[in-house]
Amino acid sequence: MSEKGHAQSNIRLGMVIDLDKCTGCGACSAACQAENNISFRPDESNKLRSISWMYIYQLDNKKDYPDYKIAYLPRPCMHCDADHHSPCTFVCPVNATTRDENNGIVTHIYPRCIGCRYCMVACPYHARSFNWWDPTWPKPMTSMLSPEVSPRMRGVVEKCTFCHHRYNKARAKAYVDGTDPNKATYNPACADACPTKAITFGNLLDEKSEVAKLSKDPRAFRVLEKLQTKPKVYYLSKQDWIRNLADNSLT
Amino acid sequence: MDRILIPDGVKRCSFPIFSLWILVLLGVIGWGIAAGAAVLIKALNLTGLNDYFGFGAYITADLAIIALGAGAFFSGFLYYGLSKFFPSLKELGKIINLAVVVGFVCYTGALAVLLLEIGQPLRGWFGYWHANVHSMLTEVIFCITCYAIVLVIEYVPLVLENRKVSESKPMAILAHSMHDVMAIFALTGTFLSFFHQGSLGGVAGVCFARPFAFREGLFIWPWTFFLFILSAISSGPAFTALICKAMEIVTRKRLVDRTVYELIGKIEGGLLSFYMILKLADTANWAFNMSPRFGLKLTDYYWGPYGLWLLIAEVGICGVLPALILISPKARKSSFLLFGAFLLDIIGVSINRFVMTIQAIAAPVMPFDKWQVYVPSVYEVAPVLAMLAYCALVISLSYRYMPLFPRETELNR
Repeated sequence: MSEKGHAQSNIRLGMVIDLDKCTGCGACSAACQAENNISFRPDESNKLRSISWMYIYQLDNKKDYPDYKIAYLPRPCMHCDADHHSPCTFVCPVNATTRDENNGIVTHIYPRCIGCRYCMVACPYHARSFNWWDPTWPKPMTSMLSPEVSPRMRGVVEKCTFCHHRYNKARAKAYVDGTDPNKATYNPACADACPTKAITFGNLLDEKSEVAKLSKDPRAFRVLEKLQTKPKVYYLSKQDWIRNLADNSLT
Repeated sequence: MDRILIPDGVKRCSFPIFSLWILVLLGVIGWGIAAGAAVLIKALNLTGLNDYFGFGAYITADLAIIALGAGAFFSGFLYYGLSKFFPSLKELGKIINLAVVVGFVCYTGALAVLLLEIGQPLRGWFGYWHANVHSMLTEVIFCITCYAIVLVIEYVPLVLENRKVSESKPMAILAHSMHDVMAIFALTGTFLSFFHQGSLGGVAGVCFARPFAFREGLFIWPWTFFLFILSAISSGPAFTALICKAMEIVTRKRLVDRTVYELIGKIEGGLLSFYMILKLADTANWAFNMSPRFGLKLTDYYWGPYGLWLLIAEVGICGVLPALILISPKARKSSFLLFGAFLLDIIGVSINRFVMTIQAIAAPVMPFDKWQVYVPSVYEVAPVLAMLAYCALVISLSYRYMPLFPRETELNR
């Protein structure tokens, strides 16, 4: 048993996103959309009803030219590692969303979700989206959907899974190859698609992994650390104004 | 036309006038049902909800109506449970039937609206089957269901007491027998109600990543758990009394003794004062102790339409003010002050439920997030109004055909 009161394995999958490398191109978001069969509508101008597992926030330093600066902050699900429960998991009345203590991934069982949206309310990162409509795709795209990810039905909540299906595939391959499935590595679609290699993914508990090293970098920070949600998504930046935007401060 | 169904010794308006009133209510209910059916068929995209506002008018109305329906369980608790020790509470027997009817309509109405709120209504039963014992919503689902059943059991004897129905001997015996055991149901209902009123508060209070709503507390229960119970019992009986007064005005009859209102005023005054002391302490702790720990100050929680006026209205005008009025014996003698305080009291608890539901999620948490404003659509407003019309319909039918007020005949001789 860990200090968190749960049996915890030595795998904690996490992500580090280097904001100083991120150009805001949106490739991660687009790749995520395609990989995970995220539906979209002809008019997606209402961003409060758009489904986006990897939303890209545009940050600015609130100064005028020539001191004006912007940065982009891609926001997947933070897969919060808060003690006992993630903010969203323990509120679900039907156990549709849980944290897999074998790897730390916060999962969501779509056929069990009743669509009460309590998890969305509990999440301060707005990482969860609701299916306000039946999922649809333009005609040719329906034949291009990934067979590895089930599309979600109307009336349920969905969110980033750290491409959990890729993890299962990597573990299965390791098993077939005769290696330890617990040491299997993989990349989610967003990390693969990033042209500047701003996204690093892996096991945060494996000290030799790149992601573990970067998460301990002096430039590393997490969003809303004061809330004790303990996200497993870290950000890197050497710019103070970006780091200051990561959490609320009275000063 | 329906004379045979009206209790002995009381006068009711003519059937055509009553029918007209019922038709108006049925019209509103029909409008709400049509809107609700559209939501069920076409989905929640018809509402004003979005990914920012996961909760909206349905939940707010449900929380408010359930709090105001608390008059049923708390009056029952005082009358059936405590009146043996405090004989003055026996006065509540004169209004207890109405309290049961009000509780019955509030809870059944809330359950109907709750069905619209979930994205997958056909999976509503998963709440019982896949219950997550850690979720406050599970506690709500179980307690509200059980208590709604208790309220149905409490309502049945009133129906059986109808003049025509009670002509049947088995029905009369059943009604009498049920009355005998009603104390058990009233106390069971009290137990369940304390829990679900509390767990409704817990729904907001356990959200530890939402600084507006989050509260520390006792064991697994945040302070909002206890504050919701207190606010419900300090407003529910006031709501029942206000409905009774409204019925007196509409029917131009005296239905209960003035002493009943003053007793409720005295009880509510004490409870509301106690609630306000705790609420002020909780607000101060939240604003000046908890929020700074999260890097936030009180003014960060208020903006635009969700301004500080809400806090002032809830705690000051609709909290402390009615509490001061109701604890004053002299003020309770004035009908204007007494019923005005009741009205402020129920507005205050409704604002509280709004604030803990909608404002709690309107306030941005991430520093680069922006405030959003929630505007309910007609598909949310119509079912909520229909729920209120349903409440009025059942109360109207109950008043016309059931002996709700034991003192009505004497008071109107």
